[in-house]
Amino acid sequence: MKTARVSIIGFGAVGQGVAKAILSKNETLIEQGIDLRVVGISDSKGSEINADGIDLESALKRKKQKGTVAKCKDDALEIIKNVEHEIVVEATPTNIKNGEPGSSNMFAAFGSGKHVVTSNKGPLALRFSELKEAAEDNGVFFRYEATVGGAVPIFNLIHEALAGNRVIGIEGILNGTTNYILTRMAEERLTYELALKEAQELGIAETDPSYDVEGIDSACKLVILANSVFGQAATYRDVEVTGITKITPEALELASKNNYVVKLICEAGNGTLTVAPRLVPKKHPLAVGGTLNVASILTDMAGRITISGKGAGSIETASSILSDILYIVRNS
Amino acid sequence: MENMIVSMTLELKDIPGQLVLALAPISELHGNIMSVVHQHEEKTPRGTIPVQVTFEIDQGFLDELIEKLETSGVGVARVGEERLRSSVSVVLIGHIIHSDIGDTIDKIDKTGFAEVVDLSLSMPAIERTSSAYLVINAVGIKELKKALEVLREVAAKKELLMIEPIRLNSEAA
Repeated sequence: MKTARVSIIGFGAVGQGVAKAILSKNETLIEQGIDLRVVGISDSKGSEINADGIDLESALKRKKQKGTVAKCKDDALEIIKNVEHEIVVEATPTNIKNGEPGSSNMFAAFGSGKHVVTSNKGPLALRFSELKEAAEDNGVFFRYEATVGGAVPIFNLIHEALAGNRVIGIEGILNGTTNYILTRMAEERLTYELALKEAQELGIAETDPSYDVEGIDSACKLVILANSVFGQAATYRDVEVTGITKITPEALELASKNNYVVKLICEAGNGTLTVAPRLVPKKHPLAVGGTLNVASILTDMAGRITISGKGAGSIETASSILSDILYIVRNS
Repeated sequence: MENMIVSMTLELKDIPGQLVLALAPISELHGNIMSVVHQHEEKTPRGTIPVQVTFEIDQGFLDELIEKLETSGVGVARVGEERLRSSVSVVLIGHIIHSDIGDTIDKIDKTGFAEVVDLSLSMPAIERTSSAYLVINAVGIKELKKALEVLREVAAKKELLMIEPIRLNSEAA
């Protein structure tokens, strides 16, 4: 039996999803010889620490009832540095301005010899190469499958399954909110404003939607992809970004009459990074609808490989995080 | 998939229903017929009626098309590739009319190697932005990319949002 001790830093939708995933998969994992124990959970108000393993069910219940998991005042950094464990799951919210508190949490984890698994895009979009170096210097794993494409295993596909291939270019839809808005505009001939309102009512778009509709979220994900796959040292400011706010239902109708759909497409290749609305032939594998995400990877040996799936959601994101945790447990 | 514009001279038997027989396979293979010149009075020495058809089609379907035509009894006398063989679709959004659509098209046509061959406009209301769908043909892929660069500049100057197709970019990658 391999025992791995985990901390969950950030207990919002993603962090709770991870707790639920570990809870529901516990028996299966034990059968596979893996004993995952969560020894620390922290949110913005405090934390719970238990060296023998936290009762996740009661932690989730307490979070739901009281809005916090807090049983003590210790903060995230204290758990990361002082509680004995192997893997830090960094699931605090994305901050694109300075990457905090994610960056500090990750550097602290590396500094104290702990592996990091994260869903937090901010630190990776701003300081990818520094983080990667810090992980390498300390001989620990740095896994971030959940940062791009939600449940879609893009990094696993490229780094493991397609190992040995040279990646020539990547294109994809990496933001489910804009895909939903464009899909609804095309299907129902809605204006941008109406489709956005509908998405907000369904909880697909935020109250302040600019992060999604201006293409910033897509740009962050594209940067993480490019840095990870091409070894670039780009930041999201290097991406040429055009959002979807100016798109009209008439434009979508004209495109549709000529067998195209319009999608907010991320493109990396030739050293350039672009996020822009593009005409995609209706039968093209990138023409996925609803909130789906999709990535198409052009390689020298395998040719073109396209994967699509759910790009957001608590349990979907937890799927990627759990997969990264298990990768570390199996390979360390 | 690269579209090309083909001009064909077909020879039809002088009996009813032959023109439909000749054109149907082009549509079946997703070709876009641009012009048909049918001169019933000008018979060939073989007693057939020559028809000039110009259409846009995926290069990969051309051989299949010729085979289909010949199987159905339509003679293919000549297959020529048109000068403007590469084609791209673009959508523009903004104040298209008020920023002088004529000038926008002119900038492409003036290159000498590319032309705007199709234009559909949609203007929902006076105060709202209009949308346009354009097809640009050029003598080759390189020239097509140059034409797109010209259009990008014009669009930026006129504050139009230009939506380009994904394919060109993916092939360039």
